[in-house]
Amino acid sequence: MDQQKAPPLIEFRKVCKTYHMGDTVVRAADHIDLSIYEGEFVAIVGKSGSGKSTCMNIIGCLDVPTSGDYLLAGRNVGEMNKNELAEFRNEKLGFIFQQYNLLPKLSVLDNVAVPLMYAGKNRRERREIALHALDSVGLADKTRNLPSQLSGGQQQRVSIARALANNPSVILADEPTGALDSRTGREVLDLLRSLHAAGNTVVLITHDNSIAATAERVIRLEDGRVTFDGPADSPASGVHKEEVVGQ
Amino acid sequence: MKISESFVLALQNIRASKARAFLTMLGIIIGITAVMVIVGIGNGMEGYMRSMFQGLGTNTLTITMTGSGSSRELSVDDIQAIVDKNSSLFTALSPTVSMRGTVKVGSESLSSTSTTGVGEQYTTIKGYDLEQGRNINYVDIVARNRVCVVGNYIDDIWFSGRSVGQTLRIAGDKFTIVGVLDQQEDEMDEGGSDDMLLIPYSTAARLSGQGKPSSYTVMLADEDQTDFASDLLEQELYELLRSENAYRVSSMSAVLDTMTEMIGVVITVLAVIAGISLVVGGVGIMNIMLVSVTERTREIGIRKALGAKERYILSQFVIEAAVISALGGIIGIVMGFGLSSVATVAISTLLEVEMAVTPTIQSILIAFGGSAAIGIVFGYLPARKAALLNPIDALRYD
Ligand SMILES: Nc1ncnc2c1ncn2[C@@H]1O[C@H](COP(=O)(O)OP(=O)(O)OP(=O)(O)O)[C@@H](O)[C@H]1O
Ligand SMILES: [Mg+2]
Repeated sequence: MDQQKAPPLIEFRKVCKTYHMGDTVVRAADHIDLSIYEGEFVAIVGKSGSGKSTCMNIIGCLDVPTSGDYLLAGRNVGEMNKNELAEFRNEKLGFIFQQYNLLPKLSVLDNVAVPLMYAGKNRRERREIALHALDSVGLADKTRNLPSQLSGGQQQRVSIARALANNPSVILADEPTGALDSRTGREVLDLLRSLHAAGNTVVLITHDNSIAATAERVIRLEDGRVTFDGPADSPASGVHKEEVVGQ
Repeated sequence: MKISESFVLALQNIRASKARAFLTMLGIIIGITAVMVIVGIGNGMEGYMRSMFQGLGTNTLTITMTGSGSSRELSVDDIQAIVDKNSSLFTALSPTVSMRGTVKVGSESLSSTSTTGVGEQYTTIKGYDLEQGRNINYVDIVARNRVCVVGNYIDDIWFSGRSVGQTLRIAGDKFTIVGVLDQQEDEMDEGGSDDMLLIPYSTAARLSGQGKPSSYTVMLADEDQTDFASDLLEQELYELLRSENAYRVSSMSAVLDTMTEMIGVVITVLAVIAGISLVVGGVGIMNIMLVSVTERTREIGIRKALGAKERYILSQFVIEAAVISALGGIIGIVMGFGLSSVATVAISTLLEVEMAVTPTIQSILIAFGGSAAIGIVFGYLPARKAALLNPIDALRYD
């Protein structure tokens, strides 16, 4: 319970994001309030078009809300300029994308070192940290390979190593298993779980209830609104029920 | 992030697509090579002309009597008086009378030989030395003697080196050879400066029916005073003749200056035209960089998500363009040197002219600086486009 007393790491206050498509207004995020605390493992679930990527972009400081406030580590992201946003992304966030998004011409090691370069670390530090991160995802023997020489699961592990490298406050994973078969997907989820167990804050975005069930806490979105926010094992979370229905 | 990191990124990218980078550089390479060779040729031409004119004497002034605009005709004594009056400026004077008329040795005609009527100081002015015999002297001039000093070629070819005391005919008149000049050129040729005759100007004037000499060569004590001496001569001549049209004073150094200036203009124009290909090369770089930005949109999105600031992306692309361009510049400079030495050899073998094509240090520095600057200028627009990409759109792009 004392965890709840500390200020939240991620805090949405009536966050709205609207897109204007001609005459119609799309509310991709509609007065969302939520708080995520340090060390939590949260899954944001919802059907396609429910606003998951919109939330993820805002949490990831890639986009700013149309109205409302987003606070990350106590700072109001809406008031930051582009440079500060870039710095914040570099320091506070580790991204894991569905399509891995590795740089194809760089070696695995160099890929992991990219955020460290933008953090101003020198060559030696970069190498050391990147090697360590790759070791922790079990890819210490692939450092000199190009991403194209790895399997999908291995590539996703590289991208996890990259997300970890700069020791971020939040690890943000958008459909991390979307491009993987169920077995390698499991491995990636296990890796995320172990990161959480090691004390990292993990936010997992998915449309798949069975994947959301991996998390401690589930936030369900529908049409840009939060319709459920609570423990994953609560019956109202819906994540287990649909899994059963799905099978 | 340091700027050196941007260089590393740029070099990585260039290495990853060498052929494209080379083709992008081609415009710059050609432009730089062309500018260097053209400036080098201009430089060589100027040097060649200078050495030619040095042989003709840049420390002399030439007075030409046009005979128009004045009732008075000046005699040799009039001119001599001016020279004597300003002996600190002028050290020697010789009238020159060019003679037409076939030169014959025995029954053979020497069609290319030039004959000039000169004063006794002519050899001093020209810096000619005698190999054998004597110079034309005062007595020859007063008496209008039919004597001549021959160039080394004539002595060599027509008299087997024993010409002094022999005779030849100029326009039918018999002349006795009294002296032989030193060899002027390394290789004596028909029609060259060793294939010539000097005779007393008085004799030449009489035989050609010209009366008074129409041209004089004056030697200056100091080459640097050419302009001053020239003005002074004109002033003196004006006082005697009262017409600016009756005479003309010209100096070899003035002619040389004019020629140098003309070469300069021509070379500048050519270099500018070659420089246009640099601009075309720059546009090529811009084009490729724009393509590259589009191709790498996703990469830019990823880099931004990982914390790249706009200025890092900007400098990465600008530096990439500048490095491509500067590499092109370096290759162009190397090729410019190569082509310059080839041109030097080609000119000397084909035209038999010793002209060294030497690119100037300035042109090299300007070429290199210019090529790097072109990369920066033409790389800026694509780089800005990259830097301003919205990270979300860029990540979604494929
Ligand atoms: N750039 C945009 N311009 C206009 N409308 C947008 C834009 N981005 C998102 N939207 C709209 O906002 C709503 C939420 O989109 P979002 O991408 O957040 O959904 P999602 O939950 O991530 O869906 P999916 O599971 O398919 O990725 C959708 O109706 C979408 O059409
Ligand atoms: Mg989405």
